[in-house]
Amino acid sequence: MNKIEAIDVNFYYGDFHALKGISMEIPQNKVVAFIGPSGCGKSTFLRLFNRMNDLIPGSRLQGRILIDGQDIYAPGGMEVDELRKNVGMVFQRPNPFPKSIFDNVAYGLRVNGIKDKEFIRQRVEESLRGAALWDEVKDKLNSSAYALSGGQQQRLCIARAMAISPSVLLMDEPASALDPISTAKVEELICELRNQVTIVIVTHNMQQASRVSDKTAFFYMGEMIEYDDTKVIFTNPHKEATQNYITGRFG
Amino acid sequence: MRRIFEKAVKWLLTASGFVTSIVILLIIGFLFTEGAGLFKEKVIEEGYVLALNRENNVKELTAAQIKAIFDEDVTNWKEFGGPDMRIEPFRLEDADKLFTEEELGGQYENAGSLIASLIEAHPGMVAFVPESMIPKGANLNFIEDRSISPKEVFAGSEWFPTATPAPLFGMWPLLAGTLWVSLFAILFALPFGISIAVYMSEVASERVRGFLKPVIELLNGIPSVVYGFFGLIVIVPLLQQVFGLPVGESGLAGSIVLAIMALPTIVTVAEDAMRSCPRSLREASLALGATQWQTVYRVVIPSSMSGIASGVVLGIGRAVGETMAVLMVTGNAAAVPSSILEPLRTIPATIAAELGEAPAGGAHYQSLFLLGVILFFITFFINLCVEYISSRNKAKNS
Repeated sequence: MNKIEAIDVNFYYGDFHALKGISMEIPQNKVVAFIGPSGCGKSTFLRLFNRMNDLIPGSRLQGRILIDGQDIYAPGGMEVDELRKNVGMVFQRPNPFPKSIFDNVAYGLRVNGIKDKEFIRQRVEESLRGAALWDEVKDKLNSSAYALSGGQQQRLCIARAMAISPSVLLMDEPASALDPISTAKVEELICELRNQVTIVIVTHNMQQASRVSDKTAFFYMGEMIEYDDTKVIFTNPHKEATQNYITGRFG
Repeated sequence: MRRIFEKAVKWLLTASGFVTSIVILLIIGFLFTEGAGLFKEKVIEEGYVLALNRENNVKELTAAQIKAIFDEDVTNWKEFGGPDMRIEPFRLEDADKLFTEEELGGQYENAGSLIASLIEAHPGMVAFVPESMIPKGANLNFIEDRSISPKEVFAGSEWFPTATPAPLFGMWPLLAGTLWVSLFAILFALPFGISIAVYMSEVASERVRGFLKPVIELLNGIPSVVYGFFGLIVIVPLLQQVFGLPVGESGLAGSIVLAIMALPTIVTVAEDAMRSCPRSLREASLALGATQWQTVYRVVIPSSMSGIASGVVLGIGRAVGETMAVLMVTGNAAAVPSSILEPLRTIPATIAAELGEAPAGGAHYQSLFLLGVILFFITFFINLCVEYISSRNKAKNS
């Protein structure tokens, strides 16, 4: 069953044609990795799934993107904040709010109108446990999130995104600003979360893509060159460009 | 050659730094010495005495009591612990009415003894006369003169620096006037300033912002006398009509003008602070399903709180120190205001209005310097607040 479906998507930043006729299907509860050189459009494509590109003035979308069969860009359809509650996102650099650890994780619940303190406390604990961060922070939930290390901050951001129980989690190079040990922890986390959510991850790191993902899409110059099972992409790609990229001949 | 040049530049910079600091310290020192001089001045005008009949046992009077006597607000010595007698105040000018020119003599040479005998004949009389006029050995009592006390100055509720025989330097009405006007100015400016800042940084399109920002910054460049003029022509008559006041010049008019003047500072500083809130934080909030408005008040405003606070405090600083515009629209009544709709007077306005007519070196002159010292402390305190807030911000971000 397909969780996300993109149908002939074209995207423009002003005159720049950033995404060229992309169609793809992302199955439920799988991890899909987007790889490709910088500026190939993979992050732009990812940010279409929670309408983050709406914020960019002069941008334009053609084509349709369906999540659970519903067109998320249909006029008069779903409200954008409703969509984002269902489609969480983790960014390239850890970006916790300048608030306490607890308030960071509780933020998503609170903006969604949840007032029940006991429920919030419980959900914060579950999310932090889910992000393998609980044992490290349980005694300092009220201290600033900025006091955590970069890797802890990124796991906090994952906990924050997971606290509102989204069904899709978008990850935009979530480990690129982290050291190898923190990276390993984040990857472990992705593997644990795959049962709960559909994960789309953008990465520059091909080993990471091969380690964590079920399917991989290779992007180049705004086009999706190849999309297949990760095993196929990394062992027996059908296109020459993919072969060249994963063997490190360019990019 | 280059080394010598660099050394010379270094010395020049050091010297200019030191000279500037010394000049500033000298100005502050000057302010303080002149202001402190007030407490060495006597209550009764210099060179004059208050002479009483022998039978009157009143020894001391405060400046306020002396003023009450000569304004004939108090008419019996009983009130001041003296005998039960009617008070008959006498000023030197009264001599012309009581005696003929021949009796006084062409140079007033007989005035002293005439007045002395007049006082001896009237048990309730108190005479305000030059000390030099009183003949030696005259059988009179004198009010003991003493220095002006800080209590009278800081807690006194009457500002009457030109009163004779004893001027009153109660600074409380002026301080209260300053605080009232500034407080209300900030109450008006704060909600508007913050809303404009939020609008400009979060809502307005780039084009609207490109137009609004220079316009608001332009407000900073308008001379304050022009604001005062605007206030006098537009706001004062408007308030008079709306509230049905006898005069429109009031604390409220001053607050409104000051609020307009403080707006650009608050808006610019607060807007800069909000715009410098990192994009990544906004995206994080929006990606969690927060609406734009929730993002503004839960993330943007709290994270730029210290910037907003310094904008507000800078705005207050401007309001407290502003002179001309306030002088023009507040009506300048030196009384403790009981409502913001009454005329009142601020410290800077008092200094500006009265320094020209105060004789240099006199008590009035020194009292104006003391007002300057008070103002200096208020603004100094405000600057400390700004420092504290911004240093706390730095500590938080590092």
